[in-house]
Amino acid sequence: MYGWVGKILRVDLTSGKVSTEPLNTSLARKFIGARGLAEKILRDEIAPDIDPLSAENKLIFATGPLTGTLATSGSRYNVVTKGPLTGTVAASNSGGFFGPELKYAGYDLVIIEGKANKPMYLWIYNDKVKLRCAEHLWGKLTDEATDLLLEETDPEAKVSCIGPGGENLVLFAGIINDKHRAAGRTGVGAVMGSKKLKAIVVRGTGGVKVADKDAFREAVLDARAKLKAHPVTSGGLPTYGTNVLINILNEAGSLPTYNFRTGYFETADKISGETMADTKYVRNKACTACTIACGQVSAVKSGPYAVAGEGPEYEATWAYGSQCGVDDVDAIIKANNLCDQLGIDPITMGSTIACAMELFEEGLIDREAAGLALNFGNAEAIVKLTEDAGYKRGLGAELAEGSYRLAERYGRPELSMSVKKQEMPAYDPRGIQGIGLEYATSNRGACHVRGYLISPEILGIPEKLDPDSIDEKPGWLKTFQDLTAALDSTGICLFTTFAIGAPEIAAMLSAATGVEYTVDDFMQAGDRIWNLERLFNLEAGLTAADDKLPPRMIEEPIATGPNKGKVSKVPEMMSKYYQVRGWDDDGVPTGEKLAELGLA
Amino acid sequence: MSNILLISPDRCRGCGSCELACSFKHEGEFRPAAARISVLRFKAGISVPLTCLQCDEPYCMAVCKTGAIVKNEVSGVVEVDGDKCIGCRMCVMACPFGNINYSIATKQAVKCDYCGGEPECALWCPEQAIEYVPQDTATLGRKKDYSARFARLVEEVGS
Repeated sequence: MYGWVGKILRVDLTSGKVSTEPLNTSLARKFIGARGLAEKILRDEIAPDIDPLSAENKLIFATGPLTGTLATSGSRYNVVTKGPLTGTVAASNSGGFFGPELKYAGYDLVIIEGKANKPMYLWIYNDKVKLRCAEHLWGKLTDEATDLLLEETDPEAKVSCIGPGGENLVLFAGIINDKHRAAGRTGVGAVMGSKKLKAIVVRGTGGVKVADKDAFREAVLDARAKLKAHPVTSGGLPTYGTNVLINILNEAGSLPTYNFRTGYFETADKISGETMADTKYVRNKACTACTIACGQVSAVKSGPYAVAGEGPEYEATWAYGSQCGVDDVDAIIKANNLCDQLGIDPITMGSTIACAMELFEEGLIDREAAGLALNFGNAEAIVKLTEDAGYKRGLGAELAEGSYRLAERYGRPELSMSVKKQEMPAYDPRGIQGIGLEYATSNRGACHVRGYLISPEILGIPEKLDPDSIDEKPGWLKTFQDLTAALDSTGICLFTTFAIGAPEIAAMLSAATGVEYTVDDFMQAGDRIWNLERLFNLEAGLTAADDKLPPRMIEEPIATGPNKGKVSKVPEMMSKYYQVRGWDDDGVPTGEKLAELGLA
Repeated sequence: MSNILLISPDRCRGCGSCELACSFKHEGEFRPAAARISVLRFKAGISVPLTCLQCDEPYCMAVCKTGAIVKNEVSGVVEVDGDKCIGCRMCVMACPFGNINYSIATKQAVKCDYCGGEPECALWCPEQAIEYVPQDTATLGRKKDYSARFARLVEEVGS
């Protein structure tokens, strides 16, 4: 086999049985790998309407055919399951070194089934696979658990694990690999916790072959040259990390602030990438085969929030920063580090705290319940409440269910800035129309990495679109969603698409697998994956009524800044989007569309 | 004057492209475990690529009983002759740096051979942390960087 390594590892935690099976090559061709292939298997093997935290749910760790090769930023793996936060299909993507190591051990996918009756971890050394007791690791933070696991297995192994967040079934718990890389969103860590699986540890000494070595080498050298020549992938991201976006979005008037009351944060520069590069970043750190190296090793050297680690990424900086009205960069870095340690998603965590702050200021949460005053701007609160949520202490137990369930509990569901119960990320959709449509239609709840229209709307890549216009957005969004779905399934990083597109990716994929993917084939695979996700969600009980933004986005104009007075026009774009997608008025894929995609 | 591989760990971001490129060239697959260069990753994102230093007095060569290891005086590369290597692994034990490996596949010693004069690791390193440069000027860049600090100091004091 080329690109793919040809084997699936299946682990039933209920019985303790471990088995392998060959990769179904015709399915792999159609769904590529990682996100797409694992979702296909998930839909075939579970009923979409099951309880995500029940033993019936499955948890799939999935690499793509380019994972672990020299392909540009080919470090990614996906964790695919039914998500407990949203009730939708969940695919959460992470880099680092764990995904490639799974391939070197000989597996494209690991399918976890059932539920263990006590904490376990999975130790994979090539074809030797063992379930081991993890009782001594249960409760440990991800850093310590990783160190202990490396000590008792192999120092060269790679670890993907949950922290207390996943163990305690925080609905937005993530899975942390290589200490600071996260399959962060949609609560995949809670599913792992529900199965009592603390970690997967893998050491692989095998390799990944490609079909046409010369063509692959040429395709990767070409793509790498483009990444090195592009100002975002060779300048902005490595220099400032993803936090380069703080000042850009604030100046564009679309940096959500005070739980999306406005899109402009007066003191944004205090939490910007420029400030962090000067005062907090230590050095860059790359994932496997990555030429960008956007990862930032960072440190707060002194004070109450002293900590050393990695990050924060832009989304976390925003969620704890302007979204909570906090401009104390030390507290933000500390809170983000706690998220890595506890294994929880900082986007949902920060935005849920922002929601609690609004509920507090509205007089619905009292000071006694919170343990401290929850006014916007309280830096102490973001750190304390993150820890409380991870351990489900006090108000933290309510926060651990995300902002939608929190706001609903206090009778104000409209104060949750979420779509399909997952929190919107760091771009105000009232000032950037396309990204609003993206949030509303994302198959895993609000998300920025399912069709990153910020690229054309704000950064002007591959061309500048007017952020206020709506006519062309449904078409652009479909293209971006399909491209992203296909790309996520190859195992390379989304950040490469600032500099390369479908032609370059299809060339690497074809040379690696020996399957000829034209640009059209590649984009159609993305379309197929998008529709598969949609079918899963419809079968899980979601409807077109769930494709909507919080009412604040439609009814309350941005209060201050360059976009003052603007609202989102998502409802005006929706029917055209359904049309472009080949869906009926209820957002259901037509029979014709499904036949075209081979999904009928 | 022959070229050498100059490694600058301060530039390394730990992506492991060198390991992938090396195993692709020599093993025909992406297989870091079989690469002749390794990236050692430490805390706080510090990474150090390490491969054969092509010693002037190689221990591996000194302990080899079959004469399979020779120093090529033209290229400077310490070479393993596959016809003579009996796979005893004495060289692996002798190398103080751990830079010569035993290949389970070929049952012989394997080590960096500068890819015959076009080292793939240097070509693929995105940060120029691995460079293939003439031996006599290899450290000139570092000298210049360091002396520039003095130059700045002189300028400040002088003005």
